[in-house]
Amino acid sequence: MEWDWDFVWQILPTLIQGVKITILATLLGSVLAAVVGLAIALLRRSPNRLISRPVGFFAEFIRGTPLLVQLYFIFYVLPDIGILLPPLVAGVIGLGLHYGTYAAEVYRAGIDNVPRGQWEAAKACNLSARQTWTHIILPQAIPPMIPALANYFVAMFKETPLLSAITVLELMNQAKLVANSYYRYVEPMTLVGVFFLIISLFSVILLRWLERRYGRIER
Amino acid sequence: MTDWSGYLYLILQGALVTVELTLMGSVLALIMAFVAGLGRLSRFFAVRALATAYIEFFRGTSIFVQLFWVYFVLPLAGFELTPLQAGVLGLGLNVGAYGAEVVRGAVQSIGKEQYEACVALNLGRWQGMRHVILPQALLLMLPTFGNNAIELLKATSVVSLISLADMTFQANIVRSQTGNTMLPFATILILYFAMASAISWGVRTLERRMARGVDGVRT
Repeated sequence: MEWDWDFVWQILPTLIQGVKITILATLLGSVLAAVVGLAIALLRRSPNRLISRPVGFFAEFIRGTPLLVQLYFIFYVLPDIGILLPPLVAGVIGLGLHYGTYAAEVYRAGIDNVPRGQWEAAKACNLSARQTWTHIILPQAIPPMIPALANYFVAMFKETPLLSAITVLELMNQAKLVANSYYRYVEPMTLVGVFFLIISLFSVILLRWLERRYGRIER
Repeated sequence: MTDWSGYLYLILQGALVTVELTLMGSVLALIMAFVAGLGRLSRFFAVRALATAYIEFFRGTSIFVQLFWVYFVLPLAGFELTPLQAGVLGLGLNVGAYGAEVVRGAVQSIGKEQYEACVALNLGRWQGMRHVILPQALLLMLPTFGNNAIELLKATSVVSLISLADMTFQANIVRSQTGNTMLPFATILILYFAMASAISWGVRTLERRMARGVDGVRT
């Protein structure tokens, strides 16, 4: 089995179509994850146990179960109760929820790292709970956690091939379709790997820059 | 009314495959983690470069692509692998690369005075590693290894896509045979969560046991 460059050029446009969907899914998923993560982190801190406990358990549950199964669940079970989602939307919801629970831990660490004195000062200045969060705590908590969050978004990018299992036409699925119609697996599968490697290497550079820009992540 | 006990048996059979994969994958990952992690700290440039290439490659491309590559491309190069072997190989190598960074981080975090003490006691490099550094570093690695093991468990669901009959695969069969989506997926979600909880409990217990006698060394 040898490497065929003509075949590579022939299938490249199809694969690039897939790359676009992959990147789109990652971006939308990241936005959703950032929002869901913040919501989970805030709800878990709620003084009301009826809120904090179930949310905590829900987050633990999602983190303890595979993304693939969650995607199946969203894609196959929700239509039974009348919620019909296009594959890409289902995939983005799955990615966002799954990585939202990881992001929640990052937010939690970031919020815990804001010194106590800041809370007390906010109270002394007679700020309401809402003002304390939006003006004092979050502006200090978020910049240090940007590198850690970005790390999870890179991880999410690498999990997007799972979306092919729920028929999203992203990179992996395009490669599989090409491979199945030409009976050649070496080039498409290798190219998928190369694409991922290239984009991950770029994201590593971006991560280094973010770490320099926004301070180091604690280990 | 369908007979659920038969289907439940099918899913439990899949659960067995999942457990098997997780165990074998973890063993391979652990070996690779130590080989590559210590390799990155080697005195010899070639060993360091090889370990770094392995780690960056497997962390840079996604587990999904790696599994497909192992399963579809390696046979063309003459390595015929069963799905189970491909699964264990892909999972072990992937998670091993993440583990290698954990090993490196933990070994490097051991204080310089410990290394100097090794020299003062006339211990060889290997002896110092074996009797002084690793026993302390191991304790630091454990929690992250636990997380990695859970990641591995979750990644096993991906092998269902290379036609290995694990829990996710069986749930899909049950879905296509009965048309019921809720039950099979809810069942395996709970089973996965139970397994993940078992792993984190086991690691916590191990950590407590290993911490005995090393108390006070950690600052």
